[in-house]
Amino acid sequence: MSVRVRVPTPLRKYTQGADEVNAQGSNVKALVEDLEKNFPGIKERLCDESGKIRRFVNVYVNGDDIRFLQNLETNVKEGDNISIVPAIAGGR
Amino acid sequence: MATSTPKLRLIQSPSKEPKKAESVLDFIGDTPLLQIRRVAEGIPTGVRIFAKLEGFNPGGSVKDRPALRMVQEGIRVGKLRPGKTILDSTSGNTGIALAMIGRVLGYPVELVVPANVSMERKRIIQAYGAKVTFSDPMEGSDGAIRECRKILEKNPDKYFKPDQYFNPMNPQAHYESTGPEIYRQTRGEITHFIAGIGTGGTVMGAGRYFKEVNPNIKVIAVEPDDALHGLEGLKHMATSIVPGIYHEEELDEKIPVSTDDAYSMVYRLSQEEGLLVGQSSGAALLAALKIARKLRSGTLVTIFPDFGDKYLSTNLWIGWRDRMAVGNLEFNI
Repeated sequence: MSVRVRVPTPLRKYTQGADEVNAQGSNVKALVEDLEKNFPGIKERLCDESGKIRRFVNVYVNGDDIRFLQNLETNVKEGDNISIVPAIAGGR
Repeated sequence: MATSTPKLRLIQSPSKEPKKAESVLDFIGDTPLLQIRRVAEGIPTGVRIFAKLEGFNPGGSVKDRPALRMVQEGIRVGKLRPGKTILDSTSGNTGIALAMIGRVLGYPVELVVPANVSMERKRIIQAYGAKVTFSDPMEGSDGAIRECRKILEKNPDKYFKPDQYFNPMNPQAHYESTGPEIYRQTRGEITHFIAGIGTGGTVMGAGRYFKEVNPNIKVIAVEPDDALHGLEGLKHMATSIVPGIYHEEELDEKIPVSTDDAYSMVYRLSQEEGLLVGQSSGAALLAALKIARKLRSGTLVTIFPDFGDKYLSTNLWIGWRDRMAVGNLEFNI
């Protein structure tokens, strides 16, 4: 099963500049692992040492923040829209 | 947690009388300087760290200074005149400052803001009656810069764009006010000036002043350690549109700070100093402490750009008690 993942500017160096990529998996955790397989280094930017999504990164499934769903265990299905969004905007 | 009662010392500006003002804009500047004691415990005894509390500006941040200076200059040279609208891109504090100044001086204000700035910032800007266009959060503040350029190109005669990233009046504001105030407040004893980079205005402008009055004063910039960070207001220069006013060669040093460490410092400031500040203040103090530990003596001054009330809805405060426990910050709350 494949979903589209929107990638913010600061992570595009891992995706060869692509602002949207495909990823496989049945939940967000599996998607992150799949992204790491295809774009090595991206997981460390998204997750802290304990494997949780970093506090300044928001992940949305169809517009809903996974913190208010089941975090990394949030299920995804074919056609879902996933967005990785920096929690803040840098630069004044 | 320390139980001693430090003698907090606010160094006042020379004015003895309470200020009288014709407008709220007269309260911009002359902010207090606070010695950081508890969080700075353990640094060499000859070293002192002070923070300039820019949250005391009427718009709530350091950005009141450059915003006012840019608008004043626009009026002086005739680029801003009745009938014109002030337009700029901002991730928040400059927007708040411009919205406030526009109201006082009678100019409409339109701002382009990345959709992912804190909810409080958006609401404050709107509460001043400014028009806000939200840019793609995936593109950050650079996306807002580009969106703003498009709006200007469509209607160039309608707008006055202060263009804080390229306007020399941005650093000039700090050259004329922030720098001299700090020099006076430390009685000329400042040895190190440490400030975060957003546009670079503060570190460039105040830094230039310090180098003129005493070339031995070190000027040090603080920036996020990674392109993907959570330090609202700060820019990771290597991966950003570099502001035209930013000249890295004028800096003595640049210190990278991790988001998690800066957040921890924000928690320490609220718990140990009773000072609720934004993320960029945490980053600034962390950098100041790093420098302090390497010195035998010195008077370090850093900028706390704003207070923390604008960030209460942000991820900064998600799980902060757990973080403090895990981080072993010796809190007792």
